[in-house]
Amino acid sequence: MLKDPIREKQIFTFRAVLAMFCILIIAAGLLTRIYYLQAVDFEHYTTLSDKNRMQLQSVVPTRGLIYDRNNVLLADNQPIFSVSIVKERSPDLEQTIAQIGAIVELTDEQIKRFKKRLKNRRKPYESVPLKSKLTEVEIARLSVKRHVLPGVGVEAELVRHYPLGESMAHMLGYVGRINIKELKRVDPTNYSGTNYIGKLGVEKFYEEVLHGKVGHQTVETNARGRVLRVLDQEPSIPGRDIKLNIDVRLQQIAIDAMAGRRGAVVAIEPSTGGILALVSTPSFDPNLFVTGIDHESYSALRDSLDIPLFNRALKGQYPPGSTIKPIIGLAGLDTGVVNRQTKIRDQGWYQLKNDERFYRDWKKYGHGVVDLFDAIMQSCDTFFYDMAFKLGVDNMESYLDRFGLGSRTAVDISEDRQGLLPGRAWKRGAKGLAWYPGDSLNMGIGQGFMLATPLQLATATAVLANRGGWQRPRLAQEIYPGVSADDIVEIPTMHDDTPDDVLINNPDDWNYILGSMKAVMHGKKGTARGSGRKATYKMAGKTGTAQVVGIKQGEEYDAEALAERHRDHALFIGFAPYESPEIAVAVIVENGGGGSTAAAPVARKIFDAWVLDFPEPLEEK
Amino acid sequence: MAHQEFVRQLEGGAHHFQNRRGLLFKLHLDPVLLILLLILSCVGLFVLYSGSGESVVHVQKQAMRFVLAFVVMIVFAQLDPSVYRRWSPWLFLLGLLALVAVLVVGTGAKGAQRWLQLPGLPRFQPSEFMKLAVPMMAAWYLSDRYLPPRFKHVLGVLVLIFMPVVLVIKQPDLGTSLLIAASGIFVLLLAGISGKLVTGFIAVVGAAIPVMWMFVMRDYQKQRVLTLFNPEQDPLGSGWNIIQSKTAIGSGGMTGKGWLEGTQSQLDFLPESHTDFIIAVLAEEFGFIGVALLMMLYVLIVARGLYIAIKAQDSYGRMLAGSLTLTFFVYVFVNIGMVSGLLPVVGVPLPLVSYGGTSIVTLMAAFGVLMSIHTHKKMLGK
Repeated sequence: MLKDPIREKQIFTFRAVLAMFCILIIAAGLLTRIYYLQAVDFEHYTTLSDKNRMQLQSVVPTRGLIYDRNNVLLADNQPIFSVSIVKERSPDLEQTIAQIGAIVELTDEQIKRFKKRLKNRRKPYESVPLKSKLTEVEIARLSVKRHVLPGVGVEAELVRHYPLGESMAHMLGYVGRINIKELKRVDPTNYSGTNYIGKLGVEKFYEEVLHGKVGHQTVETNARGRVLRVLDQEPSIPGRDIKLNIDVRLQQIAIDAMAGRRGAVVAIEPSTGGILALVSTPSFDPNLFVTGIDHESYSALRDSLDIPLFNRALKGQYPPGSTIKPIIGLAGLDTGVVNRQTKIRDQGWYQLKNDERFYRDWKKYGHGVVDLFDAIMQSCDTFFYDMAFKLGVDNMESYLDRFGLGSRTAVDISEDRQGLLPGRAWKRGAKGLAWYPGDSLNMGIGQGFMLATPLQLATATAVLANRGGWQRPRLAQEIYPGVSADDIVEIPTMHDDTPDDVLINNPDDWNYILGSMKAVMHGKKGTARGSGRKATYKMAGKTGTAQVVGIKQGEEYDAEALAERHRDHALFIGFAPYESPEIAVAVIVENGGGGSTAAAPVARKIFDAWVLDFPEPLEEK
Repeated sequence: MAHQEFVRQLEGGAHHFQNRRGLLFKLHLDPVLLILLLILSCVGLFVLYSGSGESVVHVQKQAMRFVLAFVVMIVFAQLDPSVYRRWSPWLFLLGLLALVAVLVVGTGAKGAQRWLQLPGLPRFQPSEFMKLAVPMMAAWYLSDRYLPPRFKHVLGVLVLIFMPVVLVIKQPDLGTSLLIAASGIFVLLLAGISGKLVTGFIAVVGAAIPVMWMFVMRDYQKQRVLTLFNPEQDPLGSGWNIIQSKTAIGSGGMTGKGWLEGTQSQLDFLPESHTDFIIAVLAEEFGFIGVALLMMLYVLIVARGLYIAIKAQDSYGRMLAGSLTLTFFVYVFVNIGMVSGLLPVVGVPLPLVSYGGTSIVTLMAAFGVLMSIHTHKKMLGK
């Protein structure tokens, strides 16, 4: 067949026009598609695009600082650097950890803890710390390798720091990483960016005050999660600063005076109830707990026979021994069971009618003829056996209760134990037995069932020093105002009221009882006269000795250590100056032996420091 | 007379430019196509600056490629269409050999062998060369025969297309093989292949797909095809690109977020934002208006190309010019269709806008051939 150029051209032209037509339809179709995306679904894709680039972040408030009464910093916030991983951005977690391990040293425990934290993450894309407290060298090395480690970041974080370490641990407590249980308790919004929470002590009690209010910011990030700019911000409200009643100098003097022995010291300002010192020895470094203590250190602390983690000042419950004699004596006078003329002849023991048993005085052959004044000064047990028998348990329970024994009285301490103030009801409930007269005799000298914490003893001493006037013990002196008027925070408290003052029929009885306590320090036969010697001011006190039943015994058997641990606990309570008390103190030295030799000298050092306003220590020759 | 005929082609008011057009004509350049291509190149550079994250280096490199590509276009425009015609079978054969050589000694990246490095020659992609050689060959094969082509000639052309397409698929380079196949098939369609044949082919292919699906393909292959067509199934893997590009386009709205203000592209959420997905940058920053204007530019270029084809003097020039023009639009269709989520993700660049050298040079060479067809006309008496 012959070619037909005209027809070819016609066919071609037709097809080309048809093609152009198709192209116009296709172009219109594509534009329709684009129009659909850009006009119809515009809102949807705008939302997606904004979700991509904008992220709501929590702005963690800075935790409030804690000061002592002289504005010495007790707890502040310091930046530490930690390496952390965002799991979603890491291509291979195990490999990334191995790569980091090649740059900075990682222990198996750190890796284990990292995985545990990873499991407990609150939301995806949250970075989880792998190792904290990086050194400058480690930070530099990580920064160099950062481009080959996707998902790995070095993060700076403000972390609690306790500049005075051990000496404040039992009083301040510490913060640590929030655990799941705590998360359920707190407001999840306010803690959305917070990693730490108060675990113990002041840090725990004033958690809400110290924490502050979380802020929020909307940031623009790129696809790799890097923050490019802040679009919108609602600043956080920093936590309030707190000023405590504690005086770090006094605290340190108390610790030094304990000289490494186990025990506790609580010092209170009677006029305010302010706790000037709260010492429990041995102690521990709270800084170890902030970012997470390693297993080895924790085991060492936990398993130590000296139980350094145990707060003896608040939780140690000891038989108060003779330290309660001034209160029992007051009860005797006030109820009229004895008067100032009542005298007994002490031959070293006491016996109830129809009872074979001998109740012995600590002094084998007795104190001779003594009245109440002498009985307190010399700590005569026999006089108190007799008086306790006459008073009866109900009277003793009532008067001891009015001094706060057997109850928790502090305003801002939540971890203290309540001790044990026995009575008829208690004994029937706890032991299923009736109260025997012999129980009263033991109670009269602070032995038997009765238990008290050092905090309770110090509180009772402050009430004595106030001649019955009550001030609840408190750690915080002042909570500083917030940055703005709308920064309202509820200040937690254990008690809103003040206990009733101890009122007695004849107020002069105070002079008599407190006078006898002065004689303990300054009298010829005062049990603590050694500690009252050469003082430029007058003080009052009472020694005590508690038989050991053991607070907690270690599991390991160590004959020598155990023998030492079976010695009596030494106790002392007292206040100074006698005329206008500025400080009331309770001291306990575990297994220290006698109160006069072991505990009273500790109190004397504290009195000297406080009453004489921290004199320069004399050069020892 | 040629001059007069040329002037007649121009729309009204062209007389003012007569001298300049005369110069362009002597250079064998078509002023309408030239201006449209220059505008498109400039638009491309602007969008590229944004899509590459304000990289001056990228823009400079791309501009250099444009200069090279325009030079290539001018050179190609100087040759007489008869030269192309005479050389068509040899160029095709040469390309076929080069494609075989690529499979044997080729180099490449990301698991695909596409490049050929011959001593004394710059490194090049034979598959790009085939985008020109295949339509030339098909047009050459058909131009001497009776048109519309008979069935056996249609089969002959299909065999000619099949060989390079298979070789390119083996590289593997699905996008380019698609374009090569299209360029050949367009020649057939423009040659006047009967509607019955077209329907028949479509029916055969349509019937083969379900059979393949039911009896031949394995489960994992089916899965791959499914994700190819429905990328949202895998939002962090292959679906990521499409989700992000749709988000970029959609969030642009009617007027866009403004040049360099697109958050999807500037904050690196949009992958390949300077290469295959650059239309999403344009759509995000200039909105629907921007996309519509760009589409208009493409349609005008295609219209001019088809006009040149219709006006060509012989069937070889007609078929070649028409095929090259339509292939150019396939780029546009596949790319925009892919980025807007209508078509599966196939690596086809947006012509003269996407960053990347080889396709620009090939495209401009094709426009050079178009201009050559348009400006070398023999004076024939009607």
